[in-house]
Amino acid sequence: MDILPILSTLRRHKLTAWLLILEIALTCAIVCNAVFLIGQRLQRMDMPSGVAEHELLQIQVADVTTPSNPYARLAEDVALLRQVPGVQSVASSNQVPFGGSSSNGNIRLDPAQPERTLSATTYFGENIPQTLGTRLVSGRDLQSDDFVDVETAMKGLSTGDSKSLPHVTLITQTLAERLWPGQNSLGRLIYLTPTVGLRVVGVLDSLVRPNAFDPAKAQFTMVVPLRMGANKDQSYVIRTRPEDRAKVLAAAVAALKKADPDRVVTTRRSFDEVRRKFFQDDRAMAGILTGVIAALLIVTALGIVGLASFWVAQRRRTIGVRRALGATRSNILHYFQTENFVLATLGIALGMALAFGMNLFLMTHYELPRLPAVYFPVGAVLLWLIGQLAVLGPALRAAAVPPVVATRSV
Amino acid sequence: MFGYYLDLALRSLRRNKMLTALMVLAIALGIGASMTTLTVLHVLSGDPLPGRSGSLYYAQIDPQDIKGMDSSKEPPEQVTLIDGLNLLHAGRADHQALMTGGSVPVQPEQSSLDPFYVEARYTSADFFGMFDAPFLYGQGWTAAEGEAKVREVVIAKSLNDKLFDGANSVGRTLRMAGTSFRIVGVLDSWQPNPHFYDLNSGSYAYGEEVFLPLQTMLELRLDRGGSTDCWGNGGGGVGNILPSNDCVWLQFWAQLDSPAKAAAYQEFLVHYSLDQKALGRFQRVPNVRLRNVMQWLDYNKVVPSDVRLQNGLAFGFLLVCLVNTVGLMLAKFMRRAAELGVRRALGASRRALFAQLLIESGVVGLVGGVGGLLLAMFGLWLVRQRPSDYAALAHLDLSMLFVTFVLAVLATLLAGLLPAWRACQIAPALQLKSN
Repeated sequence: MDILPILSTLRRHKLTAWLLILEIALTCAIVCNAVFLIGQRLQRMDMPSGVAEHELLQIQVADVTTPSNPYARLAEDVALLRQVPGVQSVASSNQVPFGGSSSNGNIRLDPAQPERTLSATTYFGENIPQTLGTRLVSGRDLQSDDFVDVETAMKGLSTGDSKSLPHVTLITQTLAERLWPGQNSLGRLIYLTPTVGLRVVGVLDSLVRPNAFDPAKAQFTMVVPLRMGANKDQSYVIRTRPEDRAKVLAAAVAALKKADPDRVVTTRRSFDEVRRKFFQDDRAMAGILTGVIAALLIVTALGIVGLASFWVAQRRRTIGVRRALGATRSNILHYFQTENFVLATLGIALGMALAFGMNLFLMTHYELPRLPAVYFPVGAVLLWLIGQLAVLGPALRAAAVPPVVATRSV
Repeated sequence: MFGYYLDLALRSLRRNKMLTALMVLAIALGIGASMTTLTVLHVLSGDPLPGRSGSLYYAQIDPQDIKGMDSSKEPPEQVTLIDGLNLLHAGRADHQALMTGGSVPVQPEQSSLDPFYVEARYTSADFFGMFDAPFLYGQGWTAAEGEAKVREVVIAKSLNDKLFDGANSVGRTLRMAGTSFRIVGVLDSWQPNPHFYDLNSGSYAYGEEVFLPLQTMLELRLDRGGSTDCWGNGGGGVGNILPSNDCVWLQFWAQLDSPAKAAAYQEFLVHYSLDQKALGRFQRVPNVRLRNVMQWLDYNKVVPSDVRLQNGLAFGFLLVCLVNTVGLMLAKFMRRAAELGVRRALGASRRALFAQLLIESGVVGLVGGVGGLLLAMFGLWLVRQRPSDYAALAHLDLSMLFVTFVLAVLATLLAGLLPAWRACQIAPALQLKSN
């Protein structure tokens, strides 16, 4: 196919041609970045939790008046829940993976260190690793004599009595590797307060934080042996078989209500719901971005159809002359298809540069990573396809122009 | 002349329905998308207390030890109980309020209602006056009553409707967390958005249903919510234990009616910090901030970054739609070169032709604007179906309605400028000759 005559024609419609190129470029740039953003969101929504999500239930109950002995109350509740048919394991925890609200501590490896090393989330409660289903990679699990009542610990903290504070902790592999790269972390000390260090006794395979907003820090997690007692913010986490979840949840809530009809069940849900709620904005954003891409491609396609139709109508006579001089239908068809390809290619080239610039802007304003090179061909192929599809109708109409048009004056 | 050009424009638009429809559709889609996101942005970045927000200031001081919580140069975002009470009792502002939030169980008298939890605000007495909270019945408690830890409560209209069918419940008893409170006031519907005075409990569509004196809460050790940040040996408090004085967990607001007073108050905060340092409580050099409502919201970046991103996307989309419209309009105008040539030959000036073509693009803009408005209403309806906490707030208001039309017409006129100018450059003789 001869490109030179096409270029010479386009040179005579410079303004229109440039507008089309600009439109394709803008579309290409936005589409590249939007596809990238969708990928980011989908990747975020896939963030692993390290727990047996499809087997877990969360219940929160709140007493109307504070129980006289919250620790006994919690033990009673846990015992009660273990009796519910289908329940495999019960934990009490101050927070749950992807739950949103979280307790966090500033880690120092040396109590005299002026700046914290990092901030990690702290799970407090009993039976957490077993029930949540995260594997112990090395060391041992927490034992009942590791545990300290939270009020005792609080008092100990304010009076400086280090004996009444917990002395051990479990950490995740990711956290261990971050704190002591390539070394054995068992037996090392982590300081959350200046007075007492927590000795690492076990390393967990994986346990995501409730506030996993930054994937790089999502696994900075500790489990500390504090006994929390029954309170409004404490969760009962129940492990059961996936198919029993609905039944077990209903039975567990009924059992808790039966034990004390005066209390309020504030949360009752499966971990599938916990995850869905945590990532709901990401899902919504991915949906919106998909909509924007579709709308952009449709508008651009319609614009191409409109301009191509206009050019075909304008060049009817010329097409007739070419046909009369021996050009075949497919010659005419290819002419318009090539013209569109040339314009699309120019637009895509410009669009790539724009996409790169847009990504730089997003990187500075929205803390996004650099646009990987794979996304450029995605945008290019999409726009070439859209261009060819859009121009096909007008081009076929052009090919259908009979040679006899050449002999008629319009 | 305007009427005649309008008539010409309509005729021309009708002649090529497909192309006209394409232009209108592009404008409508672009305007619809950008107005939807702009409205959401407008609602979310709005002033929660118009007229008052400039004289309400959020005070921050830095009571941390030398190591502190992290390397941030900003003081903590809240105050400790001891500092809050000191500032409150100093009374150096026109009005001041120390507060925090939580949730408390309500035990209705009616046996038909199970106990339920409501969001609570524990605050000193000036809260209602400072923030212009409208009373339906009764009033708040006095500062003296607050200090005396009275069992008094102000409830929201929604709770009054639920428990008392909207009747005047002032003087009646409300049982919460095992304690009887006397209702002294009922607020009318009131929900500042963003929830500026405490951003820890969610920025939007959050409202408390009961308001209690802070001192009463401290005595009864009612549930605390929000965020607690500690340093050193600070303990966050649990159950009956309050957070220690190495923890920040309360908000302190001051009403300062003139810039001079605000400057003086900032000075006061510095002096307070110095005094505390002399007493050995503070270790750092005075590090204070005094931000008014809008500055405070800005500092906290309350508008979700997704919303700003969506707005940017929508305007990118509008730009593509406009470039599209410019192209189509150019095609349309150039196609009428012959007609325009004839008009020029018959004596019409370039300016007249230009006006005629601009009116034509203005008509497209107007129709596109109406379409865009309908699409924006649909878009906002879609936004309201989303689960985000701000979703319910997404409604078009009068000012945004006006902006939609101005934006649509301006955008299309702008899009019409280039094609109209290009079409006016046509040499009439050439056009008359060629056909």
